Amino acid sequence: MVTATENAQLRVVVEFSGGLEMLFSDQKRHVISIPTTDENGKPVTVAYLIEYLCKNVMKDSRKELFVLDSQIRPGILVLINDADWELEGEEKYAIQNGDNILFVSTLHGG
Amino acid sequence: MGTGNETGVEALNSLIASKEQELARLKKQLVEAEGADKRASEQAQETPWRWPLKAEEYDRYGRQIILPGFGTDGQLRLRASRVLLVGAGGLGCPAAAYLAGAGIGRIGIVDGDVVEASNLHRQIAHSTSRVGVFKAESLIAHLRDLNPLVQYTAYTTHLTPQNAEEIVSQYDLVLDCTDHPTSRYLISDTCVLLEKPLVSASALRTDGQLIVLNAPVGSQGSMKGGPCYRCVFPVPPPAESLTSCGEGGVLGPAVGTMGVLQAGEAIKVLLKGKGWLESEVEDVRPSLMLFSSPLLGGVSMRTVRMRGRRKDCFACGEGSKLSLASLKDGSTDYVAFCGGKGGATVNVLEPNERISAKQYADRRTKDEHLLLDVREAEHFSVASIDGAVNVPFSRIHTAAGEKERPSWLPPTLPTDAPIYVVCRVGNDSQVVTRRLKDIGMDEGGKRVIVDIKGGMRAWKNEVDETLPFT
Repeated sequence: MVTATENAQLRVVVEFSGGLEMLFSDQKRHVISIPTTDENGKPVTVAYLIEYLCKNVMKDSRKELFVLDSQIRPGILVLINDADWELEGEEKYAIQNGDNILFVSTLHGG
Repeated sequence: MGTGNETGVEALNSLIASKEQELARLKKQLVEAEGADKRASEQAQETPWRWPLKAEEYDRYGRQIILPGFGTDGQLRLRASRVLLVGAGGLGCPAAAYLAGAGIGRIGIVDGDVVEASNLHRQIAHSTSRVGVFKAESLIAHLRDLNPLVQYTAYTTHLTPQNAEEIVSQYDLVLDCTDHPTSRYLISDTCVLLEKPLVSASALRTDGQLIVLNAPVGSQGSMKGGPCYRCVFPVPPPAESLTSCGEGGVLGPAVGTMGVLQAGEAIKVLLKGKGWLESEVEDVRPSLMLFSSPLLGGVSMRTVRMRGRRKDCFACGEGSKLSLASLKDGSTDYVAFCGGKGGATVNVLEPNERISAKQYADRRTKDEHLLLDVREAEHFSVASIDGAVNVPFSRIHTAAGEKERPSWLPPTLPTDAPIYVVCRVGNDSQVVTRRLKDIGMDEGGKRVIVDIKGGMRAWKNEVDETLPFT
């Protein structure tokens, strides 16, 4: 049982838009698998996912364009299944299998 | 002779008779015609124009009036509306054209810039013959030709905290067609204070975003009504994370699409007028539309649900200290709030760590060295200085973790050969110079690493004016 839980993975679709994809190998859509629980045995949250992306998916060294003071950088919207993460509990939102998490850099050109 | 003469007289008499007959007939016709004219004009006076729109308005707007839900009432509503567009660029041009075409009563355009040739691939209302003309005036020249029935006002200035109230208060709805966070926050704050709905759009490269704010309008401090720009984006992005159209490029049809959509949303808000149900005013969750049209791939539009009003919003929230007075007296510093002006000059090097483009031109023929061009590959591929090696700024960052000799450094370059760093306008080159020194590439001081002040723009101005600059 315990082993099964440890091995269990969540499949998450992570998308980047508004130029953020440049920090992630110019790839807009990533399908990744993450553990269901963190090192403390708690269900993984969006905060966990962000750290995971920085450590494992981001190739660019300019982490500050994604995370600033251990928070998502101002000017980036996080959307959980097409809704602003503020409607879903922000970084505390517990990720479900099959979730779509979209990171959008706000644009200002015109 | 006599006979001949008689014949001549007869012929003339007969001709006169026939002409007299013709004259009588014409006189009769004239009397009839005059009578008909008089009757027509009398009739016209008796029956005044019975329709709410003018004949030319029915001709011009008929195709939209017959849309279900639009109607004559809708057209009257548009005619009674006053719309302000801030920005007459890639968004403002198409947005204004559709609004003028639709018959908005009065359109104001705010823009302090003049038309440049580099604008024309996307700012479609301007023209080659109007390069150098104020954008606000150039756009209105285009709009007047499109629809002379609309009243137009040009403001050939940028919107500032000082002039915002006076300008915005004369309109019913605002379109944010600007290109920088400072103006976006200023416009939103002004719209909150003056209770105007705001249609905000933006675009860069091949992407665009659109959101309708403050619609329905709610008063400051109330939780009713749509959120403002600050509710959605309470903290501006760091200035160094911003990319302008000049740096990142922009696809004309992508920004044009956003301007067109903006006009569509504005028309919808105006048609709705004050007709909001009480249930629609509470807990408004606007949609943010995300548009993407990558050069290698299909087009996508995605709508995501955003949050409503923020109780503690700086502008529209409870206990907000923002007021028209605080706006005007400058106590809300938008430039400082957004971390300085866009494209702010970086200053991370000492004067002796930099050389001018002219100095480099003198040195480049004398010493063995490496010229490192850190512009993105797209800029580099347009034009570069002979012998330059391109390592884009983003890749230098990517490679910073590597301990070994960077792959771009020619193995034959002596350890004391200088490295000159150049970028577009002289900001990134400073950051790279500092970074290269930090990771020890100056060989403990043996190697000179300096940047070229003012970048490729300075090279064009001081050394080679034939160089295409992007």
